[in-house]
Amino acid sequence: MSEQQRILEHPVLPVTPGETVTFYWNNEPVEGRKGEALSSALIAAGIAAFGRNAHDHAPQGIFCANGQCSKCLVIADGKPVKSCMTPLREGMKVNAADDLPELPAGGGTGEAAGIGAVPEVEVDALVIGAGPAGLSAAVELGRLGIATLLVDDKHEPGGKLVLQTHKFFGSVEDSQAGTRGIRIGRKLAEQVAADPHVTVWPDSTVLYVYSDRKVGILRDGKYALVSPKVILNAAGAREKSLVFPGNHLIGVYGAGAFQTLVNRDLVRPSRRLFIVGGGNVGLIAGYHAIQAGITVVGLAEALPECGGYKVHADKLKRLGVPIFTSHTVLSANGGERVESVTIARVDERFRPVPGTEQTFACDTLLVAVGLDPIAEFTAQAQAAGLPVFSAGDAAEIAEASSAMFNGRIAGLAVARALGAKVEEIPAAWQAKAEQLKSHPGKVEPQVFPEAEEGVMPVIHCLQEIPCNPCSTVCPTESIRMEGDPLLGLPRYDGRCIGCAKCVLVCPGLAVTLVDYRRDREMPIVTVPYEMSHVPLAAGDKVHGVDIDGNELGEFEVAALQQNRENLTRLVRLRVPRALAKRVVSFRLQDQAVVQPLPAAQIAADADNQAMACLCERVPAAEVRRLIRSGVTDINQIKAITRAGMGACGGKSCDTLIRSIFRQEGVDPGKIVPGTRRPLFVEVPLGTLAGAPGAGEGE
Amino acid sequence: MGKNHDVIVIGAGSVGVPAALSLARAGVSALVLDELASPGQMSNKKAIGGIRATHSDFGKIRVCQRSIEIFAGWKENEGDDIGWLSNGYSYPAYSAGMEKKLKELMKVQHGFGLDIRWVSPEEYNELVPGISMEGLRGSTYSPGDGSASPLLAVNAFFFKSRAAGAEYRFNEKVTSLRLDKGKVASVVTDKGEYGCGQLINAAGNSGRDIARLAGLDVPVVPDNHEGAITEPVKRFFGPMVVDIRPEPGSANYYFYQNNEGQVVFCITPDPPILGVQNESTSLFFPQVAKRMVQLYPRLASLRVRRSWRGQYPMTPDGFPIVGRDAAVGNYIHAVGMCGQGFMLGPGLGELLTRIVTHKETADDGRILQSFLPGREFKGVEALK
Repeated sequence: MSEQQRILEHPVLPVTPGETVTFYWNNEPVEGRKGEALSSALIAAGIAAFGRNAHDHAPQGIFCANGQCSKCLVIADGKPVKSCMTPLREGMKVNAADDLPELPAGGGTGEAAGIGAVPEVEVDALVIGAGPAGLSAAVELGRLGIATLLVDDKHEPGGKLVLQTHKFFGSVEDSQAGTRGIRIGRKLAEQVAADPHVTVWPDSTVLYVYSDRKVGILRDGKYALVSPKVILNAAGAREKSLVFPGNHLIGVYGAGAFQTLVNRDLVRPSRRLFIVGGGNVGLIAGYHAIQAGITVVGLAEALPECGGYKVHADKLKRLGVPIFTSHTVLSANGGERVESVTIARVDERFRPVPGTEQTFACDTLLVAVGLDPIAEFTAQAQAAGLPVFSAGDAAEIAEASSAMFNGRIAGLAVARALGAKVEEIPAAWQAKAEQLKSHPGKVEPQVFPEAEEGVMPVIHCLQEIPCNPCSTVCPTESIRMEGDPLLGLPRYDGRCIGCAKCVLVCPGLAVTLVDYRRDREMPIVTVPYEMSHVPLAAGDKVHGVDIDGNELGEFEVAALQQNRENLTRLVRLRVPRALAKRVVSFRLQDQAVVQPLPAAQIAADADNQAMACLCERVPAAEVRRLIRSGVTDINQIKAITRAGMGACGGKSCDTLIRSIFRQEGVDPGKIVPGTRRPLFVEVPLGTLAGAPGAGEGE
Repeated sequence: MGKNHDVIVIGAGSVGVPAALSLARAGVSALVLDELASPGQMSNKKAIGGIRATHSDFGKIRVCQRSIEIFAGWKENEGDDIGWLSNGYSYPAYSAGMEKKLKELMKVQHGFGLDIRWVSPEEYNELVPGISMEGLRGSTYSPGDGSASPLLAVNAFFFKSRAAGAEYRFNEKVTSLRLDKGKVASVVTDKGEYGCGQLINAAGNSGRDIARLAGLDVPVVPDNHEGAITEPVKRFFGPMVVDIRPEPGSANYYFYQNNEGQVVFCITPDPPILGVQNESTSLFFPQVAKRMVQLYPRLASLRVRRSWRGQYPMTPDGFPIVGRDAAVGNYIHAVGMCGQGFMLGPGLGELLTRIVTHKETADDGRILQSFLPGREFKGVEALK
């Protein structure tokens, strides 16, 4: 099989060939890259169905790409493993996990003989998660000379920064605004690696904080117990899902899962994508999809406005992605995998309006309807009486810029709890941490500069967000923030030298440069462009669009300029004077590819086709029946239906079940929450017995 | 005061719920009170689901024989799948002493007509393929024993009992019992008061506290055990495996593969950890996993999914306390199940109904001799 689904060209990410190895999928030879996630090797080879669910025998494929669920289960060299957490090796024999896997007959005395003592480690500070918050905290802890263990379940530190190919918001001094997330993650990781006080355990998943204050950790396939004096939970967040018919089909992913595949592993699991959820996560995922060469067919958001930054939504609209606000997903349609998605308009109470259904052909549906903090480690530590702090998404869902900031603050708090002499945490830091979490403000009307001579930036940033690098980079200090120096809207006041630094740095791609100096009637408009994988040359004609993606006309590309440092291209367009200030970018996706199908497809027997528990395949209808019979205890729903007993450990069904309670009008105060139990992920018995190498990835 | 009920059952668990079903079907009006939010939330859901009749005395044997009939026939008779599996029990012996002890017990069990036999190491390796043969002297095997899902079963009993007229009040904690002329007149909770003709204390871990409200004392002490469940895999072994060899830190442990294909297991700490402590400890996994993998190396690559901690409401001699109280005439004990409430429950529910309706049989009289509330608790059960 060929590597048809591999991304071979990317505008931002370096594409390195890697070492090709041969492995076997259901006895057929397949090529992959040594060390990459087995799941991504399979996807690169065009394999989407990894096995069949033991409950309904329906095919299933990757879902979380994060080691949390077990839908990517395959049989590798005879053992059931999560393919997303298993590095590919030469000659690996991989088979589909159809129904229940067979426990290998082997084992024998060899593995039993390997049983040893479980290693125990004492540390002052244990930081869970090497994402923006955890890394920032570890930098502070290391600086203060505190013995710190930083653990992360992935091979590469950086957390979700590894996936963030876009430039950061925030301010330059506090959160490296204008720099791409991947670079920030790398810088922080290098800083931590160089610090002798910080030990980093990659490939290490925290399993539970036990009541005897020991923390069980699966370290690279081996079990270890760590006794910390203080814990910092910076484990991040998990993605929420939605109950809709077809939510279990192959091709329904969380947005984070999708970004892992396209941005970390450089594989393309989709050709045509639909997104539900207009928060920053969904909007950015759409942008990343286009950078990965995937058509984004549309995005649906239930609220009347997208909840994410307007500049992110505008970027998508300008590329030619229709955004359907006040719309919800009615169903994902298809036999085994997603073939289309049906959306409908919703009324003010979020009920779908009959007759407004539209169906779009697509092979993938991204669900980006919000995140839930991974708060269980905090709760476990508190129950055990172990001092614990939390930072980043594990504390509160917010932008990574804010996570880096509150991670630093949490690092100091941990140090202080350990009795270290720590300078007072400046009040300004707390204020800044709050500010970086700010939700976007209301949209102000656009005011264009009046002058039509010389050169000037035109700023298409109309909504207060915590971001100001345009004002920081301007060499003549001609861009200033109106009102608050971080949140305020940027205003230009007239001493532009045409350096285009503001165009390059703006994470929202919301600044253009209009230059009347050569030709006042046909000024040159410089726009940023991050889709260099789509060929573009001087002399080409492009469909120029305004801030909202409305077409303004066909314009000629006068010149192209690649910026090696920034990876953003500057495209110089020749635009008639009357339109010059309104042009922000040009359209990439032909409108013909985003049209709905002639007839909307409406799911029959919807409530039985919508899953409340994806692992155990519990239909929403079954949960609804119990709720209507008076059940209010999620533990009882679990006991009867098995919802929450599956391989993911009840990580996703809780919100789904609660959404059904909500639909049924049950007072949330009456719902009895489900009990959470160890372990965070499944671990082989031999590993828990202290055996080396019984784990995945060995 | 709330309406009068013929019987109030305290505790909607492994014993209280099947008792309510049996009572309701006998035409007795029953109200079940529980301080938690739904049936089976204290110890029932912690049980791993083993059901055996192969005990060492008449009382437990008879009650469990009836329970097995109810569990095994449930799907056919009542329509719900409760995960019943007739997979049997086995006690492998790895020493001459153990072999002797088990074989002597088998004689007693045969005396009660139980289907239990001794299998050779080779036969046992067919029942449990890959079990450690090193020092294996054979095993008991009782194919008529089995397993079911405590979670499904208690809920099946619950819905059927409600359909038969039993009433339930959840999230209500019993705060006092109002006694009148040597009898319980009513039960007072944090939310109301309910008159009763008779009272059944089936309160599990809280059994002793409830008894004290009637001025009685029953020696029931919760004893902590940790259990866990793995991912499901294709069926690879048959019976429940009970390893009764003591080791430093633990007495016995046992495991079986349930109807879903998941291996469920549990260990008995030694010395016992008394009191109700539901938080998981770091000791459990290394301890139990080491023992299991040494006994059955094939388990090494099976992945553990979830663990929990629960209690055996223990009595000093390992036998339950069941029967009408000698002093408080309308108070019926049904406590101290010693970790066997799930397997005793359905049989006991019917027995409790016969006690309530004064229809005890001669067999019942003999059963209750094992469970006498006023006994001296001197003996020790051969197979706890």
